[in-house]
Amino acid sequence: MLQARLAPAHAAALSAAGAAAFLGLWSATALSGITSRDFLPAPWDVARRFANLLVEPFAGYTLLQHLLSSLHRFAAGFLLAVLVGIPLGLLMAWFRWVDRVVSPAFDAVRFVAPIAWVPFAALWFGTGIGGPVLIIFMGAFPPVLINTYRGAKNVEPRYIEAARMLGASHLRAITQVLLRAAVPSIVAGLRISAGLGWQSLVGAELIVASSGVGYLMVKGQASISTATVMSGMVAIGLVGVLIDVALRRLQQHIETRRGL
Amino acid sequence: MPGPADARPALATAVATLAALAAVVLAWHLFTAVWGVISAARFPPPLEVGAALRQIVVEGYSNGRLHEHVLRSVGLVTMGFVLASSVGVALGLAMGASRTVEALVNPVFLLLRPIPPLAWIPLAIVWLGLGNGAKLMVIFFAAFVPSVINSYSGVRQIEKPVFEAAAMLGVRGWRYWREVLIPGALPSIFTGLRLSLQASWTTLVAAELVGAVAGLGQILNQAAQDIYPAMIVVGMASVAACGWAMTLGLGWLERAAMPWKPR
Repeated sequence: MLQARLAPAHAAALSAAGAAAFLGLWSATALSGITSRDFLPAPWDVARRFANLLVEPFAGYTLLQHLLSSLHRFAAGFLLAVLVGIPLGLLMAWFRWVDRVVSPAFDAVRFVAPIAWVPFAALWFGTGIGGPVLIIFMGAFPPVLINTYRGAKNVEPRYIEAARMLGASHLRAITQVLLRAAVPSIVAGLRISAGLGWQSLVGAELIVASSGVGYLMVKGQASISTATVMSGMVAIGLVGVLIDVALRRLQQHIETRRGL
Repeated sequence: MPGPADARPALATAVATLAALAAVVLAWHLFTAVWGVISAARFPPPLEVGAALRQIVVEGYSNGRLHEHVLRSVGLVTMGFVLASSVGVALGLAMGASRTVEALVNPVFLLLRPIPPLAWIPLAIVWLGLGNGAKLMVIFFAAFVPSVINSYSGVRQIEKPVFEAAAMLGVRGWRYWREVLIPGALPSIFTGLRLSLQASWTTLVAAELVGAVAGLGQILNQAAQDIYPAMIVVGMASVAACGWAMTLGLGWLERAAMPWKPR
């Protein structure tokens, strides 16, 4: 039998013990002198470095400025994926020939890891904003397309039949029946795609960028400053969580409004 | 399973796919090599890609021939993936089975979980350099998180009557794990493994792009530096083909592990 739920106080105590053990082990290793503090900084060194990066420019900018330029690229790539993915997914669900034409190409391209687009991204669009945006797009696009397509394919046939019978044009049927019915599935896709897009962005910035959190980490790596690299990881994790929370709010909002 | 009655449509589909493929290659050739709409410096014509493929298979490019790069990358991913998923699945199952373990491990796990796999690359390079150790570390973190989460939720999704029946029949200890927990969680475990495999492959390619001696990512890196678009295409196609082959292999393993599941 599965263990019964723990009392909240008991669970909290265990969690605190787990966290304390992790941080304690980390601090002890850092302080023990087995390795240098540059190689493995203590947790508070990372916190201090993080605070320091907020005010003092590193690799050209402060941490917040790096974050802003990352977010700017992310927004551009994500928006592009949404603007292309949703209409294309709807068209694929509505017109069979679009599905037949796009699907094989999409399946072939999907197996290319987004990060493998880096050389072409640099060759076509340079390292400013265009290159990284292409890579984010490649990461964020597939889930938007797949979820829009699936959502639109799962629309109850009688709605479509009703729209048809009432003489709705293709455009009206797509926008007013398919799109509306597919919204929950699309929003679920947006969450996945934002996560993958944010991840691809980090990868892109490690290789082709001259600003952004990924770039900050590369510079930290080059100067063998583990604390800087870890600060970058913390910043990336935090922003990733914030993006996900925002989209989850949106998802819950839509689901409650629809009574799901 | 397609029976003999489906043979004709399957054949027709195959012919249609081949025809579409031929049309794409022809259009590609016309646009790049014949009409010059797309400059060869931006996207290479098919014949150049063929030549680049021949070059890397026969003579080698960037410290090795194609099969050497493939073996190196696929070998590293397999090693890292097997290591991470065996630890990850075991931990996930333990967290699912025991609320004590869950409460103990969860805070650390919540700390590590939001960090994208690719963000481990700079840390791995600082700690372990550009060799195989750093690659394995990166793959490990990429593959670890999805396998823990899905094994955990796999155990929690097992329906209550199953546990009740097991308790009533006195199933416990090793048999409880082997006959109740693991089979019950297996579908979800495989979902996690598929995500893990994808993440580890992407992450390895990225890590090799950042710096490596050989491997598929290193082909891409070298070709980008040489501004050799045809070789970039060869590298990307190899990345896709290997990713596809490994996913296929995992699917085969999944069917072998769960013979009771309808196809």
